[in-house]
Order: sequence, then C-alpha cells, then structure tokens
Amino acid sequence: MALFLEILSWGLLIIGSVMLIIGGIGMVRLPDVFSRMHGAGIIDTMGACTILLGLTFQAGLGIVTMKLVLIVVFIVFTSPTATHALARAALHGGARPQLDEPVDDDPASQGEASSKT
Amino acid sequence: MVFMAVTGFAVARLRNLFGVVMLTGIFSLMSAVLYVVLDAVDVAFTEAAVGAGIATVLMLSTLALTSSEERVSEDGKPMWALGLVVVTGAVLIYGTLDMPPFGDAYAPIHHHVAPRYLERSGQEVGIPNVVTSILASYRGYDTLGEVYVIFTAACGVLLIIGQPKRGRRRTLRMLVGEMRHGMRQNVILRVVSKLLIPFILVFALYVQWHGDFGPGGGFQAGVIFASGFILYALIFDVDTSRMVVPSGVTRLLLALGVLLYAGVGVVGLLRGGNFLNYSVLAEEQTAGQHLGILLVEFGVGLTVAAAMITIFFTFARQEH
Amino acid sequence: MMFAVTAAAVLVTMALTLYRSIKGPTVYDRILAINAFGTLTVVLISVYGFLSGRPDFLDLALVYALINFISTIAVSKYVEFSHMGRPTGGDELGDM
Repeated sequence: MALFLEILSWGLLIIGSVMLIIGGIGMVRLPDVFSRMHGAGIIDTMGACTILLGLTFQAGLGIVTMKLVLIVVFIVFTSPTATHALARAALHGGARPQLDEPVDDDPASQGEASSKT
Repeated sequence: MVFMAVTGFAVARLRNLFGVVMLTGIFSLMSAVLYVVLDAVDVAFTEAAVGAGIATVLMLSTLALTSSEERVSEDGKPMWALGLVVVTGAVLIYGTLDMPPFGDAYAPIHHHVAPRYLERSGQEVGIPNVVTSILASYRGYDTLGEVYVIFTAACGVLLIIGQPKRGRRRTLRMLVGEMRHGMRQNVILRVVSKLLIPFILVFALYVQWHGDFGPGGGFQAGVIFASGFILYALIFDVDTSRMVVPSGVTRLLLALGVLLYAGVGVVGLLRGGNFLNYSVLAEEQTAGQHLGILLVEFGVGLTVAAAMITIFFTFARQEH
Repeated sequence: MMFAVTAAAVLVTMALTLYRSIKGPTVYDRILAINAFGTLTVVLISVYGFLSGRPDFLDLALVYALINFISTIAVSKYVEFSHMGRPTGGDELGDM
C-alpha cells in the first residue's frame, strides 16, 4: 500500500513537471495573447495542481495535506478568475485574437445584443 | 540569483514605468524565494506579502496619478552615477571579504548574542518560534519603533494627500445607481471575491495568532488583512468600501494599535518591572511573556492593517 | 530525488515565462506571464518545503497565491481604466 502511494505520488509529480514545461513552451511559442492564456492555464491547472496533489500523497494524512488541498482549491478558484479579468481587459484594450479569416468582432455590439435576450 | 540579476538589469533599462512595476514585482518574488532557500521563513513571508503584493498595488496607484513614461533628464552624464555606484559596490564587497564566511561556527555573532537567545528563549519565553520571541520580547523596543514608523507613514500620507470630503447622501445615491448597472456584468469577479474575502480575513487571523508556533506574526497578518479589503475595493467602488470601513474607524485602529503596544510597556512599568518587560504581567514568567507577546503582536497587526488600508484608499480616491 | 526533478522543471518553466514577460509585445502578455510566474513560485516554495523537510512553508505558499491573485486583478484594472478607485464594471467604460 505504501509503495502504491509512493508510485502514485511520483507519477503525479512527473506528469506535473512535464505539463509545466509544455505550458511554458506554449507561452513562448504561441502566436498571440489569447492563445498564450491557454499555456498559462496549463501551467496553473495541469502543472501546479497535479504537482501539489502529488505532494499530498507524500505527506500522508494530517495538517500538511489539509494545507496543500487548501492551496489547490485556492488556485482552482482564483487562477481562472484572474485570467478572465485579464482577457476582458485585453479585449477592451484592443487586442484581438489572431484568426484565419476576419470576423465581425465588435464586442460592444455583441455584448448588448446578447444581454437583451 | 541569475534571474535576479537579469531582472534588476531590465528594471533599470526599461523606460516604460509600467513595465518597471511589473518587473519589480517579479524581483521581490525572487527575493522571497531566495529567503526561503536561506531558511528564513518569516522574512520570506513578509517579503512576499509586502513586496510583491502591497508595493505593486501602491506603485500602480501612484502611476495612475502620474505619467507612465519616465522623463529622461537632459542634464548631467549618467556615467558619474554609474561610476559612483560601482565604486561603492566594490568597497562594500571589499568590506565583506573581512567578515567570516557565511555560516561559520566561529563567527563572533554566533558566540555572544545569538546563542544566548537561542538557548534561553525556551525557558525564558517559552514559545517555539524563536523569531517571534526575539522580535517581540528580546528586541521589543525595535519593534515598537517599527510600529511607530508605519504609523507615521500613514499619517504622512493622510497629511500630504488628505481626504476629499464627500457627503453621505451623494455617496448613497452613487451606490444605488452603481448597483443597478453593476450587477449584470463582471459577475464572475464579484462572486469569486465575495467567496474569497471571508477566507482571506480568517487566514489573516490564523497567521496573527499562529505566529508563536510557525512563521507569521503581526506584520504579515496585518498585510493579509488589509489585502482582503483592498481586494474588495478593487472589485467594488472605493466609496462603497469606504462605507464598509469608514475613515474614522481606520484612523482609530491606526492609533489603537500603537497605543496597545506602548500600553503593554507602561503596564509593565506600573507593575514594577522595566518598560516592555513582560515577565511581570502575570504570575509566572512564561505566562507573562506569552500574554505580552500576544498583545503586542495584536497591536502591530492592527496598526499595519489600518495603515495599509488608509494608504491604499487615500491613493485610490484621488481623481486624476 | 523526485523533488529535485520537479524543482528543476519549475525553474525551467520560470525561465520560459520570464522570457515572455520581458519580450511580450503587448502589456497583457506581461501580466499573464507574471501571473504564471506567481503560480510557479507557489509550487516552488511548496516543493522546496518538502525538500528541506519543513512544512511550515505552506503558509507562505498560500499567502503568495493570494497576493498573486490580487496583483493580477489590480494590474488588469489599472491597465483598463487608469484609475484604481472606480468599480470594475460600469457600462459606459466597458466591463471587466
């Protein structure tokens, strides 16, 4: 049983590390702000959360696990919110996603139209 | 440390002040990691809370009031300044060559003062976290001075920038109008903040009282507590949050914290010991020390929280 | 040993995000990179705590996650409105 937990935690740590590097490469190589948010999201959720969950298996039951779970919950709540706030700020600041064909992209009119339903 | 060097260089070179603020945030993050590596957890704690959080927020508030490009000064050659810095740095490094190597067991500092604190702290003060016992009890005067400094900083901000007076009725009307349109948009931010803020405040209280046993204490707790209110003010209006925490209350808390700290000292005097000697506060010496440390840390937390809230709200209320 | 590998991965990713934060053509790239750097710091501190056997560091990691969040929101708000006191969300200025 203990060996199983060890292997599980090591597996999670390795997966998490690989995801971190993938997310980092994504942040460097993807073409524009909005796609880079995907990279940051991979770093935050797949990377950080799996690593922290892997650490909980190392720690056993107790206050340390409790704190790690709290950190994970906190990251899960706040990281998408912060990215959302940033994305809205970027959209209003004039950044547009890089698409293959141009579309009608006036967010103000789209926002009003949908809020009237 | 290579990261820190690169970032420091970038900070000096970037003209755009906004980029500078961001990079300063990263710099203080890296300092926090460095402190962690050096096994100084309390310092890392305070550095993370103050340097990366509050300092960034306050610098941004300042930027909002001034321009966002750095003005290049026309006169004078920057080479003089660079030369001076290099010479001073070289002299400092030369001075440290004389010091004993890092962590050397025979260094003088490890022979007189530090071992006495480390050995006697257990019996005399009786709490596990030696950093807190040194900060609050053995070196209580210094900490009192620090609290006065924070108090003075907040007073200075209040004196220089001042508080615009707004009538209560106008604030209420603005509040009602704001509720009507604010509700349907940015629901996500509001809901998440409302969920998080109680947790943040409770965590601040945990850090405050847990300072005896783990890293923490008054300074860090005050900053975390203030950041809960700053989050509220960022998402909602500053005027709304002023109604939650009226300026009279923050001014009262600001002074009350300092008064509490000095008051504990005076009570020590009245009971027959020296100023800020906690041993006389209760029947048994360690119980007195516990009580004294608890109260003074609470005083520190109150003043720090009130000072941060005051400074942020004062900056944020200025119309450009 | 495993912790050392994880710490190395975190450092590599930090270097990548740092590159993006210095290079990023728009300001939003930089904000995003700093947010990611903050989360990486949280992970690094937690792993380091395990590496050195002192789980007290987790309090620090939690504070750091909090500060990272507040800073990102503050900076996004600054960039959008250039004013820190207004509410986020009023329909004439656009929403956030």
